[in-house]
Amino acid sequence: MTTAVDIAVIDYGMGNLHSIAKALRHIAPERHVWVGDDPELIKSASHVVYPGVGAIGDCMAEVRARGLDQVIHEVAQSKPLLGICVGMQGMMARSDENGGVDCLGLLPSRVQFFSDHFSDAKPQSNAQPALKVPHMGWNQVEQTQPHRLWQRIESGARFYFVHSYFVAADDCAYTVGKANYGIDIIAMLARDNICAVQFHPEKSHHDGLQLLKNFVDWDGAS
Amino acid sequence: MGLAKRIIPCLDVDNGRVVKGVQFVDIRDAGNPVEVARRYNEQGADEITFLDITASHEARDTTVKTVEKIASEVFIPLTVGGGIRECQDIRRMLNAGADKVGINTAAIHNPDLVREASNRFGSQCIVVAIDAKQVALATDTQSARWEIFTHGGRKPTGIDAVEWAVKMTDYGAGEILLTSMDQDGVKNGFDLGLTRAVTDAVNVPVIASGGVGNLQHLVDGVVEGHADAVLAASIFHFGEYSIGDAKQYMADHGIEMRL
Repeated sequence: MTTAVDIAVIDYGMGNLHSIAKALRHIAPERHVWVGDDPELIKSASHVVYPGVGAIGDCMAEVRARGLDQVIHEVAQSKPLLGICVGMQGMMARSDENGGVDCLGLLPSRVQFFSDHFSDAKPQSNAQPALKVPHMGWNQVEQTQPHRLWQRIESGARFYFVHSYFVAADDCAYTVGKANYGIDIIAMLARDNICAVQFHPEKSHHDGLQLLKNFVDWDGAS
Repeated sequence: MGLAKRIIPCLDVDNGRVVKGVQFVDIRDAGNPVEVARRYNEQGADEITFLDITASHEARDTTVKTVEKIASEVFIPLTVGGGIRECQDIRRMLNAGADKVGINTAAIHNPDLVREASNRFGSQCIVVAIDAKQVALATDTQSARWEIFTHGGRKPTGIDAVEWAVKMTDYGAGEILLTSMDQDGVKNGFDLGLTRAVTDAVNVPVIASGGVGNLQHLVDGVVEGHADAVLAASIFHFGEYSIGDAKQYMADHGIEMRL
């Protein structure tokens, strides 16, 4: 007999969800944080987190193999949903990774590769060495729109990023926070009850924990 | 406005205690790893690296428990290295709460481990650690040469450090942790020639390690060595400087930092 789930972290077998589960338990000790792939339990939760690490091709294949694509679509219509990193990318229409992968299509944007963008860009001078891929480390996030999840977080605060693919900030009408790494990228987007971040709030110290706290306290209305 | 350079305090852990040696010998006790990690987290460390230097196999369980404890209260990236030989070791550390795993000697004996691990767990969590020594004395960087050493710097491998770093990134390493065995623990600063040669040769972030004795050395590692991150142990362990002092000093010298 399983107890009721408050916060569900969707596990589709692609790696390390311990960090996000530990962070959620830390900020919401009174809530039941559950990690798993049971569609009914995911749908029973008040808040759902869609994390992701690794290659998008494998991620989407695992999500579909477990029937979780339908579950995420359902959740996306009804309750607070937070996509993290590859989870955010999985919400888009399509990714250039792995030769091109169709994603969930909750949002119409396209996920691009930094290296493709950098090689298309003008050659940089010797004084400014080429940017490395992955984009790894603490970058500043400019809050371009107000949102409940920004509460008690300053615009320009730094969050921890680690990714090689990105969504351009101007490719999405729902951008609420952007970062710059050779190009303006989406750091956070929000539409109705859906929110998604490219960075890792569970690894971003005080501001990251605050953002997770804001999410679990959010009713999904803007 | 952009990506910050990182300061990474390193915990060398032997049998459950943080220790620090000079050139891998002459060990000094520096405390309980969980307490030390907590302190650095509070001081604003950008990441924490935990290197298990315990020789015995039985002590590995202690390491897993320590990593679990640190990961449940420290919400910044945590890298764990030492004794990683196969994918199962990597999975175990990731399950314990590590975000990245450092592979050192095992990569030399079996380079395919790096390929296999990065395919399975993603490049972002595979750090290849390189311990290098200068083997050809040179007055200029062009003719200097560094070789990989194992067994705490005693055993040469004949492998060129720069070529090895490039090969490891081709195999899927997401980051390079580069330690100068000549400089480690002697507090004269990083081997800047080595740092620059490796950093400029690869397209993944490089963490400079080995030799930090003062805050100017951290600045030099970034400005002259071109490192993306700087790692230090003793200057923080024994209270000479806090992480906050180091970040402020680097920021005052024009380096973008998370303050």
